[in-house]
Amino acid sequence: MTMLAYLVRKAVFLAASLLMASLVVFALIEVIPGDPATYMLGINARADTLAALRAELGLDVSAPARYWHWISGMITGDFGISYTYRVPVLDIVIERLAVSVPLALYALVLAITMAFPAAMAAAHYQGSRGDRALLAITQFGIAVPNFWLAILLVYLFSLVLGWFSAGGFNGWSEGISAGMKALTLPAVALALPQAAILSRVMREALIDTMREDYIRTARAKGLTRFQALLYHGFRNALIPVLTILGMQFSFLLAGAIIIENVFFLPGLGRLVFQAIAQRDLILVESVVFLLMVAVMIVTFIVDIAYAFVDPRIRRSRA
Amino acid sequence: MRRRSSFAFRAGLAITLFMVIMAVAAHFWTPHDPADMDITIRLQPPSLIHPFGTDHFGRDVFSIIMAGSRITLGVALAAVMIGLGIGVPLGLVAGAFHGRIADDAVLRANDLIFAFPALLTAILIAARFGPGAYTVIIAIGLFNIPVFARISRAASLPLWHRDFIRAAFLAGKGKGLISVEHILPNIAHLLIVQASIQFSLAILAEAGLSYIGLGVQPPAPSWGRLLADSQTMVSISPYPVVMAGLAIMLTVLGFNLLADGLKKRYIRTREVII
Repeated sequence: MTMLAYLVRKAVFLAASLLMASLVVFALIEVIPGDPATYMLGINARADTLAALRAELGLDVSAPARYWHWISGMITGDFGISYTYRVPVLDIVIERLAVSVPLALYALVLAITMAFPAAMAAAHYQGSRGDRALLAITQFGIAVPNFWLAILLVYLFSLVLGWFSAGGFNGWSEGISAGMKALTLPAVALALPQAAILSRVMREALIDTMREDYIRTARAKGLTRFQALLYHGFRNALIPVLTILGMQFSFLLAGAIIIENVFFLPGLGRLVFQAIAQRDLILVESVVFLLMVAVMIVTFIVDIAYAFVDPRIRRSRA
Repeated sequence: MRRRSSFAFRAGLAITLFMVIMAVAAHFWTPHDPADMDITIRLQPPSLIHPFGTDHFGRDVFSIIMAGSRITLGVALAAVMIGLGIGVPLGLVAGAFHGRIADDAVLRANDLIFAFPALLTAILIAARFGPGAYTVIIAIGLFNIPVFARISRAASLPLWHRDFIRAAFLAGKGKGLISVEHILPNIAHLLIVQASIQFSLAILAEAGLSYIGLGVQPPAPSWGRLLADSQTMVSISPYPVVMAGLAIMLTVLGFNLLADGLKKRYIRTREVII
């Protein structure tokens, strides 16, 4: 299969996933359990308020018509107007993205910087005491709930030691270093469990590649074992690692809901959570769908990235 | 190497057995009533009467954790059962009709569910249908379906070419009967390993959903909720927070070690099972 055919196939799957996601979100929010307007206002709402909201939500038209209105709005950048905030959803989302995206990237970079060197050392000294220690530590790392880790970090580094504030985020106006500092504890809490998973996968992948023929060839050419690992093993081990990285970025973006709540960070995750608590279904519907779009696009990019890292993939997978 | 892995396996088995026994015991007895509040003994450090101390309502932390294990393990068990109960038949059908429409449909549906961010969808479901144990079970269970479908399909495919399956065909058995009588027992070990992994993931997910208030509702005791309730008190008394988190971590660790140990015991090949 050529690269183009591979790209087209992945693009078709992306389109199908996006369509599916939009239908599921729409169905969950607007179709399944009764009247969304009643849900948003509660059962004691006045009839005229209810009628006004119904008109605003466009509930007087059929579900397919509403779906079309919603989805065509999403495509043209009109995400609706939040019921509680009374501002366009797009504006809120952009404001919140300024927290969520840097946080996810920060955590991802932290996880990679911790995991890659550790995994390479462990693979190089496979079976050594250090390798076994890494395996044991990462077992705990995988098992630790990140929100518990977050609370312990706050306790230690802000309440006891006073190095960081316990939460909140004042925006990027006070400079990048102040912003980064506010995001450090949340990023560490997100990164540590991810680093544990990442280093295990990376170690395993490196050990697998070290058995391949091309490594023997590289050794025969005179490379040391570590050089072969670095120049040949690493690149090949990246394939399974990329899968995990893609999943982790999605997780960090969409799954930061809990961590953003621990630290009171005004990110997208906290926005979704607050919108649910306030029963602002317009906001929930659009933001959840946007997050799903982001996750699916990241997956798409990772799929494309594979094919560049390993040409065998675009040829073999029919 | 081998001795160490069996140590990890034994540790995993011991932890999971301990947790299961605790959950069953909590059904009949806890040292104190986990919902019993006594403000005069709030935030006490561990003592003989309250081995893990008390929280800011004066509830016995040990009793909450004991009673909470029942809910956490129960939710995880139900969620894994949904995955096994729906995913395995789908996977077996896909494997039996390899390359046909049924196979294709199962694969595509799997990919689509995998494309969804699990936690986000779970939160959406929990938010829309109201929080509670059943919502959490369905939200977590839904994402277990494609996991088990994929593994059953992948593991059953090579079996269909084996001689004992051909013999079964010659004996006049149909694909359905063969799937149940011959394929299923031969992939059971893989399913058990995967179930253990999904169990630990379900425990983490349940704890997370409870922590943000979408799990079981008070006064039902839960580990995630105990964490959430006590976190603002962490500087006065860290015991409730530390103990609740340790309970979650230990249980997850136990099931992961168990899965690793079983995998080493059953699976000789180095193939990674997704």
